[in-house]
Amino acid sequence: MSTQIPKQTEESTETDAETEPASKGDERRAEKRRRAAERREQRQEEEAEKAAADESTVELKVFRYDPQVEGKQEPRFDTFHVPFTKGMTVLDALMYARDTYDSSLTFRHSCRQAVCGSDAMFVNGGQKLACKTQISDLQQPVRVEPLPHAEVTKDLVVDMEHFYDQMEAVEPYFQTNEYPDGELEEQRQDRENREKIKMSTRCIWCGACMSSCNIAAGDNEYLGPAAINKAYRFAMDEREGEEMKQKRLEIIEQEHGVWRCQTQFSCTEVCPKDIPLTEHIQELKREAVKNNLKFW
Amino acid sequence: MSQSYNRGLIEDFGRWREFEAGMWAWIFHKFTGWVLIGYLFTHIAVLSTGIPAAGAGEAAIAAGNDVYTQTIVSLEGLLLVRLLEVGLLAVAVFHMLNGTRLLLTDLGVGLDAQDKSFYASLILTGAITVASVPTFIAGAF
Repeated sequence: MSTQIPKQTEESTETDAETEPASKGDERRAEKRRRAAERREQRQEEEAEKAAADESTVELKVFRYDPQVEGKQEPRFDTFHVPFTKGMTVLDALMYARDTYDSSLTFRHSCRQAVCGSDAMFVNGGQKLACKTQISDLQQPVRVEPLPHAEVTKDLVVDMEHFYDQMEAVEPYFQTNEYPDGELEEQRQDRENREKIKMSTRCIWCGACMSSCNIAAGDNEYLGPAAINKAYRFAMDEREGEEMKQKRLEIIEQEHGVWRCQTQFSCTEVCPKDIPLTEHIQELKREAVKNNLKFW
Repeated sequence: MSQSYNRGLIEDFGRWREFEAGMWAWIFHKFTGWVLIGYLFTHIAVLSTGIPAAGAGEAAIAAGNDVYTQTIVSLEGLLLVRLLEVGLLAVAVFHMLNGTRLLLTDLGVGLDAQDKSFYASLILTGAITVASVPTFIAGAF
């Protein structure tokens, strides 16, 4: 069951209460809080017992680690038994575990529909978007760990700063110095060009690809699949114009740009939005070669 | 601030059970590449016995008493060397076939079928290796 250490927090609230001038109201409130905590604990235990005995439950093994609390600094796995409901995702199960058993279980999530890209996790040995992964598709017990090749901040939360730095390094925004003639004219994109970049626009910055890539793990300067895909999205956008494309290719073809890719296809396999990342990286490699080799 | 925690094997090959075709192809390609480089040195070592052998005189070469011929004959007499040769063929064939697959990948051909082409190169390697066994092992026992 959960490896919470409630004793320590209880003691600290008690000492807090002692140092303050103990008025009757304070005492009563402290007493009330203590009883509420007891009730909560009792309820959590009851729920856990009930769930463990029940047959239609999911067994979750969740990675736990908290560097700031003594006694939790040693990483470990907590087991939660979550009642299965039809259509339950890994995120649903985690939220149930957090709300019912252990409120200190920490993970990122927001939209719950594979749009925000907050909840990429390592589920049963693969980088998955927790809100898009059905429990019924997984083997039990379901092992949930934070993304590999990233620093763990707490439980399932990893430090994404490096990933965001790489994304920003490719200037992931539309830039152009070619404007249409009329002042009120729109910058139009033809249908074929839109089709070409369609898949690359789907990136939700979840970081699953970066985590799956062995090259990115060994080379911190490598832009990584997501950033290169972002670069592809703008380099292939015809509205940006020739001059901008040259500038983009300069970023793409640096030593730690596209050339680090060794076509493992790991990123393509794990991408929750099915972006053909390797295909895009390979196409940019060819673009870079074409850009530098001219025989005429 | 957050402290980092090294999760050990999970950071690299602890998740090998979940590796997909492309990842296995990458690992095998690296491995066979290094084996071939290692073989290159032993290959040069054996061939370089031809230099002293060339000075041994025509009679010795004709009779097969020179260093080069003797080295080859004694090596081929060892069962271990015969077995290693079968392994070397397997390694070289896989490296060639997967290299072709990677070339096609670089040209943007058949990226959707990359896993199938990996399996195909594995099967072909196996078939060629098995077919070569009689040739390599003949007379070793």
